[in-house]
Amino acid sequence: MEEIRLSARDLTVGYGHRSVVSDMDFSVAAGRVLTLIGPNGAGKSTVLKTLVRQLDRLAGVICLDGRPSDQITDSEAARKMAIVMTRPVDTTLMTCEDIAATGRYPYTGRLGILSKEDREKVREVMALMALEDLRDVPFDQISDGQRQRVMLARALCQEPEILVLDEPTTFLDIRYKTEFLQLLRDFAAEKGMAVILSLHELDLAQKISDTVMCIRDGRVDRLGTPEQVFESAYICSLYGLENARFMAHDGSIEMPAVTGESRTVVIGGGGMGIGLYRQLQRRRIPFAAVLPSESDLEYPAARALAVKVVCAPPFEAFSDKQYEEAKVLVDASDLVYCPVTLFGTGNLLCRDLKDYAASLNKLANADCI
Amino acid sequence: MDARGKRCLAGFVILLAALALLLPLNLMIGSVGAPAAEIWKIITAGDRVSTLGKIIWQIRLPRICAVLILGGALSVSGLLLQSFFANPIAGPFILGISSGAKLVVALVMVFLLSRGIALGSLSMMAAAFAGSMLAMAFILAAARQVRDLSVLIICGMMIGYICSAVTDFVVTFANDSNIVNLHNWSLGSFSGISWQHVGVITVITGISLICVLFLIKPMSAYMLGETYARNAGVRLKAFRLALILVSSLLSAVVTAFAGPISFVGVAVPHLMRLLFKTSKPIVLVPACMAGGAAFCLFCDLLARSLFAPTELSISSVTAVFGAPVVIFMMISRHKRRSA
Repeated sequence: MEEIRLSARDLTVGYGHRSVVSDMDFSVAAGRVLTLIGPNGAGKSTVLKTLVRQLDRLAGVICLDGRPSDQITDSEAARKMAIVMTRPVDTTLMTCEDIAATGRYPYTGRLGILSKEDREKVREVMALMALEDLRDVPFDQISDGQRQRVMLARALCQEPEILVLDEPTTFLDIRYKTEFLQLLRDFAAEKGMAVILSLHELDLAQKISDTVMCIRDGRVDRLGTPEQVFESAYICSLYGLENARFMAHDGSIEMPAVTGESRTVVIGGGGMGIGLYRQLQRRRIPFAAVLPSESDLEYPAARALAVKVVCAPPFEAFSDKQYEEAKVLVDASDLVYCPVTLFGTGNLLCRDLKDYAASLNKLANADCI
Repeated sequence: MDARGKRCLAGFVILLAALALLLPLNLMIGSVGAPAAEIWKIITAGDRVSTLGKIIWQIRLPRICAVLILGGALSVSGLLLQSFFANPIAGPFILGISSGAKLVVALVMVFLLSRGIALGSLSMMAAAFAGSMLAMAFILAAARQVRDLSVLIICGMMIGYICSAVTDFVVTFANDSNIVNLHNWSLGSFSGISWQHVGVITVITGISLICVLFLIKPMSAYMLGETYARNAGVRLKAFRLALILVSSLLSAVVTAFAGPISFVGVAVPHLMRLLFKTSKPIVLVPACMAGGAAFCLFCDLLARSLFAPTELSISSVTAVFGAPVVIFMMISRHKRRSA
């Protein structure tokens, strides 16, 4: 049985009398990661601010460890919940260790003087996060990626049961993004923390979350595992994207397709055509794509970017039926590109198509569009 | 002890050394000069009858005590305001709070004197506090409208000018001889402080500083901004109210007894940050008390001795040393921002 760290029932959040997200029901167990996604302005931050008591909730109940949050004092809550915000703080004359040590304040006495145990705790956390070298370095002299790590160290010094992060990776490069989120997962598992965060990076949300909560139009639109939530059509509708642009399998996104009459055909397959599709998109050239089959790895990109896609059903070989269809496209086009260099039983007819295009003098070199 | 601990210790040693040097100088130097040995004799023997004894016991000693306490109080008041506005350029004089206190004290004084009532130190204190809070209310109302502190500081300075202008007006047209003294006070001066004043100053500053002691912890948490402070369990509303009240009280006690003193509230905390290389309130509060005391002793010494027997207003001296610090801070902040 999993231990529920935080749960919300009929929770409505907002400012004053204006509700932003209403009737939310969810819970997070120890060691689990809940990610909030949704378009800008959907109210993700409002939800997070309410959970950490920065905002008063408008209705409903929040329970920490099964106890209603009303029964928990501010100082007790400070020992249960820690936060990390998007923007690094602006400080002067504070070292990274000073910043991390502010996480110990809920545990200190009247004057806020750190005890020996507090200092040890801070060192321990900084060592765990490989921040020892930065201990005496001024906080305003390190990179954004390092700062966000220090802010996470601060939060962990608070020894929270629940960690709340508001788009913590926005200003980080990919290496720091992945490192940061991996640290989060590791600490969640090790310390039995419940982690609640909002993310704009869908690819990462898909990979690190146990549960994903989609917020749209003032309500929880979907709540489930990444596999349940990350469907191409659903994500496109959540963010108001044209259909098929979101690649559900890896969480990436293609630019909007170029529409219009296609005078160009790409014979692709095996991922060798993806670069060409994107190149054509950037040059605003509409094109048709010919692929061996729907299970080909470049099929999602082709579907997102090409005006028309010709291919065999999943795991079938490219057959005469598709060949005839593709031949019509080649006949109607001015240029044919074939970036594919490997041919096997699955795409033998693609090679014939290439030869056919060459015989019509339409085959162009894919390297020099 | 680590490097920072050493730096901290060294800082306090320097401040105490400065105080140890300035205290005897302040006792010795004045319109009536006296050798150290004679002064030592007077103090140890408790001689309050000879001319020099009277000068030492009734003029210089209470004045030195007041300078020590009020200098510290003013610097700590500045530190609290800087914490409140999250900006190192805030201070009671620069934000017009001292001038607000000055105006109300002058008005009350003139009004009561015209009816033949002399103002006691406590009622003077009360008037100064009311004036501080009034100016503070204006600044807070302005702060609701503008987030930019440079604009806020200009507002504060304008409030200061308006209050000073009205005070000048009142003082100029009042012809009571008592009010002539008011003119000196309204420019800022430590002269004419009695032991009774020192008593009131000590009690009020003492109470305020005890309150400051309890604000040190939330002030540290507040350095990372409201959100993180709240997450550390700080009750923001109560904390901000306490900051306002205590800093107003501290600057009111200074203004009530020594008039508005410029730039100490900004310059001293900044110098202490540089000296101690930290912005931790737990270090800065005692540092500001000692540093403010030393800074004001030094400035008062110059004010009294530079053109003796004519005394300069203390603000003219503190401005000469304090204002460049403020200009320097503004420029270096701007550089850092645009870098």
